[in-house]
Amino acid sequence: MKTASGFNTIGEAAEQAALVPVQFDSKDYMLPEGANLAASLLAAGVSVFRNTPASGAPRGPFCMMGVCYDCLVEIDGVTRQACQTQVSANMQVSKPAIPAAALREDDHA
Amino acid sequence: MRETDLAIIGAGPAGMAAASEAANAGIATILIDEQPTVGGQIYRDVQRVAPLRGAMLGQDYLDGLPLARAVANPLISHIAGAVVWQVETDGTITYSIDDQSHQVKASRILIATGAIERPMPLPGWTLPGVMTVGAGQILLKQSGLIPNRAVLVGCGPLLYVLASQMLKANTPPLAIIETQTTGDLMAAMKHVGGALRGWRYLLKGSKLLAALKLGGVKRYTGARNISIEGEEAVTGVSFDTGGKRQIIACDTALLHHGVVPNVQISRALQLDHDWNGQQACFSPKLDLWGKSSEAGIFIAGDGAGIGGAKAAALCGRLSALKIANELGKLTDAELAAKAAPINAELSSECAARPFLDRAYPPFREALSPRDETIVCRCEEVTAGDIRKAAALGCQGPNQLKAFLRAGMGPCQGRGCGLTVSALFAEETGKPIAEVGYFKIRSPLKPITLGELASLEKDAD
Repeated sequence: MKTASGFNTIGEAAEQAALVPVQFDSKDYMLPEGANLAASLLAAGVSVFRNTPASGAPRGPFCMMGVCYDCLVEIDGVTRQACQTQVSANMQVSKPAIPAAALREDDHA
Repeated sequence: MRETDLAIIGAGPAGMAAASEAANAGIATILIDEQPTVGGQIYRDVQRVAPLRGAMLGQDYLDGLPLARAVANPLISHIAGAVVWQVETDGTITYSIDDQSHQVKASRILIATGAIERPMPLPGWTLPGVMTVGAGQILLKQSGLIPNRAVLVGCGPLLYVLASQMLKANTPPLAIIETQTTGDLMAAMKHVGGALRGWRYLLKGSKLLAALKLGGVKRYTGARNISIEGEEAVTGVSFDTGGKRQIIACDTALLHHGVVPNVQISRALQLDHDWNGQQACFSPKLDLWGKSSEAGIFIAGDGAGIGGAKAAALCGRLSALKIANELGKLTDAELAAKAAPINAELSSECAARPFLDRAYPPFREALSPRDETIVCRCEEVTAGDIRKAAALGCQGPNQLKAFLRAGMGPCQGRGCGLTVSALFAEETGKPIAEVGYFKIRSPLKPITLGELASLEKDAD
C-alpha cells in the first residue's frame, strides 16, 4: 500500500521483503517484514509517532539510532523505540498513552 | 554467568576491527551490539545493503564490507539486538534481548559505542520532519529512503556526503544552509599543512562540492538566526545570509554540526574525562592504546574522540593488540611490531582532522541557544529556563535535574547534556571542564521491571 509520504523509496523492488499487516493508531498498513519499523512508517506517510507527556507536542523520529527516544511508540502494550524495532506481522502499534497527570498546564505557554 | 576473555560493546568500525584482531590473536571475544546486523551507524547493515545500493552509497560505505565479513570467526560470538544497560568495573556487562536480561563477565572490556550527533538546538527543532543528517544517512543506507523535499542545515563534510548521495539517487536536497563562514576557512588554512598529508580528504571534499554544483544544489554559507518553521510539522527553514532574510519551504529539515563521543557508558563507570577544546566535547582520558583510567577497560573509535571510521578501526586494532598482550597472547616485541604500521596509518588518517575541525566549527547559535529554544527535548526545558535556574543559584547540571528535570527523560541526557553544561559555563563564567557533565547511572537505557526481574531467572 502506498500512501502519500514525504519519502522516495529507492531499490524497493530489489529488497523483496514480504509485506505484512501492521496497525498504527487503528489504521491498517502493509509494511515490509523485518524492515526498520520507524523507517517503514515514515515511508507509509506517518510523521507523528507520539505526543510528549510534558506539553502534548507532536514528535516523530529524529536520530534513527536509538539515542533520542522521540520515536517512542506502544507496541502490543509495551513502549519501545520504533527505530530499534523490526516490523513483524500483525503488530499493534499506537502512540504511547499519556497519563493525564503528566500533562503540565504551565508548559503550554 | 557466561565468561569470556574480551567483551566488546558496539559493532561499528572500531568494534568489528578489534574483534577480528583479538580473534586472530586467539582471544575468545563477545561482540555485543544493539542492531540486528554488524556495521554500526557508518556501515549500517552493510552486508545486506551493499549489493542493493552500494554504488550510490559509494566506496566509503563499501569499505565496511571486509570488516563485517571478518566478524564471522569461530572465536567471535556476535550478540545481536542486545541493549546494554549496565557495565561494571569488575567486567560484568548486563544486557537485554527481547525483554530478557543476560549477563556476561569479561577479563577485558572494550567500549566501542561510537559517536552521537552534537545536539543542535534551534527554534523549531522538535517538530516532526526535523531529523539529524545522520538519521538521513541511516534511512538511506538501511531502508533506501530519501526525503523528497529536504533542506540540509549546519556544517561539515557529512552534509556534502549525504547531499551527493541524494543527488545520485535523483532526489537532491532543495538547499544546503551552511553555518560556517569564509573566516572559518581562512582560520583553517593554517592547518592546511596537516590537511595536505591527509590530501585524500581534501580531494574527496572538493570532488563532492564540484558534483553538488554541477547538480544545481543551492548552497548558502554563513547562515545566521536559523529557525525551523511550522506548527505541527516542518514547513520551512528561515535564516539570514548576506544581510537578507531567506525562507526555504520544505517537508524535512536535516540538522548536523558535527558528532561527539557517546560517553554514556564511560560516564556511568565514572572514568576520567577531559574537555577537548578543539572538538568542543568531553572525551574519556585514555593512553595511546585506548586504556581508560580503570584497569581492564578500554575505549576505541569515535567514543574515544572523533576521528572518523577509518581511524576508529585502526584504534580498535591497537586496543585489541594491547589486550592480547595483557592476556599473554602477544609478547612486548610482537605487540610493538604489529602496532607500528597501524600507528603510522593512524597518523596520516588523522592529519586532516585539525583542518576539518577548524573549517567547520559547531554553530554558535546552537551552542548558546536563544532563551525560547527547547534544549532538553524529552522534558521540554528551554535555554531560558536553564539560564534562570543558573541565575537562581542552581549548582550545575546534576542539581538542574531536581530543578527542571532536564536530562531525566527517556534519553537520559544524551540529547541535552553538552548544551546544559555549556549554558552553565556561560552563565557562571566557570570553565566547562569545571562545570562538568550529568552524572550517568544504570540502567543506561530505560528497561521494564520485567527485564530487571528476568535477571534472576537467567542466573538459575
